[in-house]
Amino acid sequence: MIKVYTSSVIDAAADAVWAHIRDFNGLPKWHPAIAESRIEGNWPADRVGCIRNFQLRDGGTIREQLLSLSDYDYQCTYSILESPMGVDNYIATLKLTPVTDGNRTFAEWSAEFDPPPGQERKLADSIGQGVFQTGFDSLKSYFGHR
Amino acid sequence: MQRVTRSAVIDAPIERVWEVLRDFNSHDRWHPAVAESHIENGEAPDQVGCVRNFRLRDGTQIREQLIALSDSDHVSTYCILDATVPLQRYVATLQLKPVTDGNRTFWHWQSTFETPPGREAELADMVGRGVYEAGFEALRRHLRQGGDRRPRPAAAGATRGGEMTGSAVMLKAFGGSDQLSFDNIAVPPPGPREVRIRQVAAGVNYIDVYIARGEYRMVEPPAPLGMEAAGTVLDVGSEVHDVLPGDLVAYACGRPGAFATLRTLPADQVVPVPSGIDAETAAATLFKGLTAEYLLHRTHTLRAGETMLVHAAAGGVGTFLCQWGKHLGARVIGTVGSDEKARIARDNGCDVPIVSADYSFADSVKAATHGRGVDVVFDGLGRLAERETYESLASTGHWISFGHTTGALAPLDPGLQSAKSLRLSRPVLFHYTDDPVRLRVMAANVFAMLQRGVLKVDLRHRFPLSAAAAALDALQSRQTSGSIVLFT
Repeated sequence: MIKVYTSSVIDAAADAVWAHIRDFNGLPKWHPAIAESRIEGNWPADRVGCIRNFQLRDGGTIREQLLSLSDYDYQCTYSILESPMGVDNYIATLKLTPVTDGNRTFAEWSAEFDPPPGQERKLADSIGQGVFQTGFDSLKSYFGHR
Repeated sequence: MQRVTRSAVIDAPIERVWEVLRDFNSHDRWHPAVAESHIENGEAPDQVGCVRNFRLRDGTQIREQLIALSDSDHVSTYCILDATVPLQRYVATLQLKPVTDGNRTFWHWQSTFETPPGREAELADMVGRGVYEAGFEALRRHLRQGGDRRPRPAAAGATRGGEMTGSAVMLKAFGGSDQLSFDNIAVPPPGPREVRIRQVAAGVNYIDVYIARGEYRMVEPPAPLGMEAAGTVLDVGSEVHDVLPGDLVAYACGRPGAFATLRTLPADQVVPVPSGIDAETAAATLFKGLTAEYLLHRTHTLRAGETMLVHAAAGGVGTFLCQWGKHLGARVIGTVGSDEKARIARDNGCDVPIVSADYSFADSVKAATHGRGVDVVFDGLGRLAERETYESLASTGHWISFGHTTGALAPLDPGLQSAKSLRLSRPVLFHYTDDPVRLRVMAANVFAMLQRGVLKVDLRHRFPLSAAAAALDALQSRQTSGSIVLFT
């Protein structure tokens, strides 16, 4: 089991950042690596248990299930059901916390999973940097710098 | 029940912030509200269950007990046992988290408590603003001033903010290297906008020779010598916000005095050195790198396809001009004094090295450009090469005289200038670097070129600081190539 943890500071209030990212079907709106996404079985995207099915820009398909969603804590948790990465027991959490000093947002994105043997570093890097930090960079440029 | 939450981002790595905050007895060293703190019964401040006894500046007494401490989660939880302010059932949790994007720290501070009726807002404000927000600011200041790097106050009196003794290379009188001595100097604590640096390495440049000879009247002897150095920040003034003690910084301008073990100087003259670049490399690179930066991007805007001539193409600035000019897509012609130096120039991107011991190179330049001449000359030679430099320039060419190792360039005859519609520039580095914002942009360009491998520095010529005279002699001997550094 390995853990990946990435965090950043977004120059906007947590309410605004959360409104932008809480849609479990909304990754293509803000994450540059995601081409398109749909929710299976016509479920609402904020119903716990729903499954998003999305295409990466480089071609792969990933299915992820929403395990928890909290508007109170600005937090969601999801697991990977299918992906080209070959990871097992993948559970990730995306969480926002207000930074009262400056009315900004502390954003954390972490995951725990079992990688295929020998792939630990490569996957930790592609998830921590390629997925999580890339997402944060996109949010930082969307909300700009004050 | 009242709940007060405050959070902030501290511009320092989590390990450094946690080292201060995990100490349950540290507040009288950094929090302005706390006048005095001690742990009761002589217990250790990381003993869960220990009790700290505070006296605040306003006279309030508070006893608080540590009820949880986690070095893995960076959490400290504590409660008030008794206090002369009515904060009842007060439990506070302080937690740090790493901001991996930028190696900073997120600090979350939260408490719940009860108050007497009618005093909710007043006490919530006291806790939120008077303790937590004031604490954020105070800790930032504490780190900025290196408070966490000093010994505890009981042992610190002698060094805290005081004068230190270092050693420096001094110029006794104008002249050659025989006028240098290696003496002790007093290094004052930094003023509000200054930093004090423990220097690791200093770069040796031709300007040091000019200053020693009195050709550049930048000092009056006796005075310390040296223009560039790199080292670790020891302490910073109260108004310095962008560098912290422990940071590796470099500088390459301002008053001479870089050949020293310790130095206090204005904070806006230093630039941060990115991780991955060591102090000797930074000291060997910055002055010459900034010179190449302004020559290629500011005095002249070098474009791909232009032909440039670099004098002393195997020297410190010369090799940088070859490397960077080639990277920008120019055709690079260089003059050098020996076959060995021609090989070095070629290794650094010079397409056509011209070997000439007596500064006759114009015919070779013409031959290499089909008789046309070059678009721009970066001339650090000056007088002895003057005629040949002129002959080497193409019509409408740009003659940039930025040094004069063979003597100052005479004023150019207007008739000669108009005969080719030449542009003549006589730039000085300091006019480009005296704007602190521009200096940082220029330094960032230089370090980026170093990190990308475009600029390569040759640290073959290293001398101890006390042998600065030998380093200056080596520079003037025309026997060295690349950079010369002094190490402390």
